[in-house]
Amino acid sequence: MTTTKTVQPPKPPAGGGGLGNAAKTVLRSRWIGPVGLFLGAIAPILIATPYAMNVMTSALIFVMLAVGLNIVVGQCGLLDLGYAAFFAVGAYTSGILATRLHWPLLATIPAVIVVTVLAGIVVGGPTLRLRSDYLAIVTLGFGEIIRVTANNLSITGGPEGIYGIPSLSVAGVDLSNSVVFYYVVLVIVAAAVLGANRLIRSRLGRAWRFIREDEDAAEAMGVHTYRVKMAAYIAGAVWGGLAGVLFGAQLSAISPASFTFLQSALVLMAVVLGGMGSTPGVVIGALFVTMLPEALRGLSDYRYFAFGALLIIVMVLRPQGLWPARTREPARTARRSATFDGEVRIR
Amino acid sequence: MTQIIWNGLFVGSFYALVALGYSMVYGIMKLLNFAHGDLYMLGAFIGFALLTSFSGFTATLSLVALLVVLLLSMVGTGLAGVAIERIAYRPLRSAPRLSLLITAVGASFALEYGMRIIAGPNPQVYPVRLGGSSVHVLGARIGVAQLVLIGVAIALMVTLNAMVMRSRQGRAMRAIALDPVAARLMGVDVNRVIAMAFFIGSALAGAAGVMAGSYYGSINFLMGFIIGLKAFTAAVIGGIGSFKGAMLGGVVLGLLESFGTHFLGGQWRDVFAFAFLILFLTVRPTGLLGERVTERV
Repeated sequence: MTTTKTVQPPKPPAGGGGLGNAAKTVLRSRWIGPVGLFLGAIAPILIATPYAMNVMTSALIFVMLAVGLNIVVGQCGLLDLGYAAFFAVGAYTSGILATRLHWPLLATIPAVIVVTVLAGIVVGGPTLRLRSDYLAIVTLGFGEIIRVTANNLSITGGPEGIYGIPSLSVAGVDLSNSVVFYYVVLVIVAAAVLGANRLIRSRLGRAWRFIREDEDAAEAMGVHTYRVKMAAYIAGAVWGGLAGVLFGAQLSAISPASFTFLQSALVLMAVVLGGMGSTPGVVIGALFVTMLPEALRGLSDYRYFAFGALLIIVMVLRPQGLWPARTREPARTARRSATFDGEVRIR
Repeated sequence: MTQIIWNGLFVGSFYALVALGYSMVYGIMKLLNFAHGDLYMLGAFIGFALLTSFSGFTATLSLVALLVVLLLSMVGTGLAGVAIERIAYRPLRSAPRLSLLITAVGASFALEYGMRIIAGPNPQVYPVRLGGSSVHVLGARIGVAQLVLIGVAIALMVTLNAMVMRSRQGRAMRAIALDPVAARLMGVDVNRVIAMAFFIGSALAGAAGVMAGSYYGSINFLMGFIIGLKAFTAAVIGGIGSFKGAMLGGVVLGLLESFGTHFLGGQWRDVFAFAFLILFLTVRPTGLLGERVTERV
């Protein structure tokens, strides 16, 4: 080529039909969070059968799991296939403290955080220095370790698990009524989603995405990749552990059967389907993954097969997920973070 | 003591067979094929289907017939491996590694639950059961069937090693493992060679599946999950990407598990193996025979 190409103006996003653009505007609007919360808040008014409350509470807990995994997989690009292990660690830690030592459930939360952070360090420590593939399979092994250990120890109740976990209560007020509990979970999960989103938009979050996009470049720019990856991994672990506390409080009984690889894979499914990295996308993905099987109870045999096929199809045809994260900074913050006038942007 | 060692060697030869395929695909494509363990499961089920449809002449179901079934199942799983590569991995070869890992998980899921739809969730009983006579060597009870299975495993591994080291196709594979771009420039048909690697690796896993089915007698749709993890552990212990390492790693893992089971009890076997994997990755991530690899940017 003799003529050098001039810089092309950025192409409009592909497949941007009217509907697509409308959906994008909705998903990128700053009102998506409050509107989602509002919908969650009025849901029990529309339908309040015990079954519906149960499904909706489970869905919210699942949202929390998905948002936690999104930090690890979606933001930092580390594939964690044993995420249910942290869920289990949280549920078992709080369950054991609450039933054997009769701690109130709220008091177990600091202990849960400590234990999940330790678990994150034990697994992440050796593996985060290596190629990302190793992390995937080591986390898979770790998931099995936790499940088999819970199955064999007597303090975890063996295969029967732990039962009689008290529900949440604050200052002597019992919150075990299903509707009340739903609202408590809604508030906690909303805080968790918001917290994750704040983390994602912080300096640390930018470092996570940098590592996902190009780890070598990130390191060359002075990002301490090991420490930053560890931070993502531990944040994911804490989110998972806290979701485990809610899970124990909801069901009042936990057993190793709840923390299989299937559970980890479903959370991953939610993250991938929703669009890795985008918080609204992941929340919708999580709701989709939990609600759809309830709607298709009769097809239970086919649904996991369909999930597997769907993972492949989504990755091949639409690797950015159904609702991808935006990769550009919005205009309203771009002005603030521009470092000098006439900045050259490279896309 | 001899019994423990023998048990370890026997289980280890299964791990080695599955680990070989894992390691081979990893060496060539730098991809962890999560569906590899499920190809082992698929092999066991294809063998099961063939054996039940031939059960009209069960009386003549000898070791020879079993070997024929073994070969047919190997072809079947090999083709399945090629299909998986074509559908799930090839379109994403230039995509970020994370996408490939996720499709690999999807392929594994689809195989497991696809088989559940076809064969049902309950374990199936293999129509043949290798048991029979045994000999005593140095205080260990060694089954004749075990000897035959180990013999088959060793024969398969030796054949593969010869193929990779001596044949033209094997040289192409090693060339791609070393540098795919340069190999393509030298006229190697990269797609074909990768498909062949998948065929061979999957066929080995399928062979291990049939052998495990006919030895242990019971198969189910999730049987590949744990063995896939174990095979990866074996491949890492030996040095992933290295053929001899995969074989060595399989045997080492088998022995470790055998001793671990003896001293800690059988229910801790898997925990022991995976904890060892994590420990091993901290101490020597390149494996026993692996070379230190510098990643190119």
